[in-house]
Amino acid sequence: MKKILTAAIFLVLAAGLCTIPIFLTFGQPAASDMDRYFIEQGQSQAATNNIVTSIVFDYRGFDTLGESIVLFTAVIGVGLMFRSLKGGEEYEDE
Amino acid sequence: MRMSKIVRTGANLLYPFVIIFGLYVIMHGHLTPGGGFQGGAVVATAAALVIVAYSYEEVADIVRKVVMKAQESIGLLLFIGAGIAALIVGGPFFYNFLANSGLLFGMPVPPGPNPGDLNTAGVIPIMNVAVGIEVWGGLAIILLYMLSGLEKEGS
Repeated sequence: MKKILTAAIFLVLAAGLCTIPIFLTFGQPAASDMDRYFIEQGQSQAATNNIVTSIVFDYRGFDTLGESIVLFTAVIGVGLMFRSLKGGEEYEDE
Repeated sequence: MRMSKIVRTGANLLYPFVIIFGLYVIMHGHLTPGGGFQGGAVVATAAALVIVAYSYEEVADIVRKVVMKAQESIGLLLFIGAGIAALIVGGPFFYNFLANSGLLFGMPVPPGPNPGDLNTAGVIPIMNVAVGIEVWGGLAIILLYMLSGLEKEGS
């Protein structure tokens, strides 16, 4: 019973997801002022040919800082977990 | 638990090219697709290749945990330092103060399609290198920790 219910919910959700693109026109996003600004001003303001990199590292640099800190925190978490798994005696093993 | 001789020979042949390709992706992040995160992941893949092909004890002297930890911290500090340097020069946080300045990476870019020049984009290449170093060290240290824990569990 539970399996049938799960399958029915999954089917309804998948059908809904497949019907959404039918009502959307391809290649016409709702708001395109921001990307037009980036395409026109990116080469002169950030001096980059790669607009994506200029957004990631210049216009949205603070976002990238958050990503780096997420990775740093993940590494700290893995280190703490495996250190406690090994008994917690070795501090600077190579 | 080292792999067979075929895998080890293949890893010996491949890992310099993987490292060089990763460094290329990091350094050309402002011209080609890719950047610090992607290139750092590629370079960390070279470390993973060597660690998987050989056993952990053999690799632990070459890919050292202390070096990888230092790399990760230095990368993040360099990234934040590039952001704070903009405050010192006089601008908002993460302001691209080297772009169009004529200094390091300071050449202006002509408008329109052009092949591109490595000496452009201001602080973006510096941030790419910083993030690349950080991701390289971070992913390698995760692998090293997991494999060292595995060895302890097995013995």
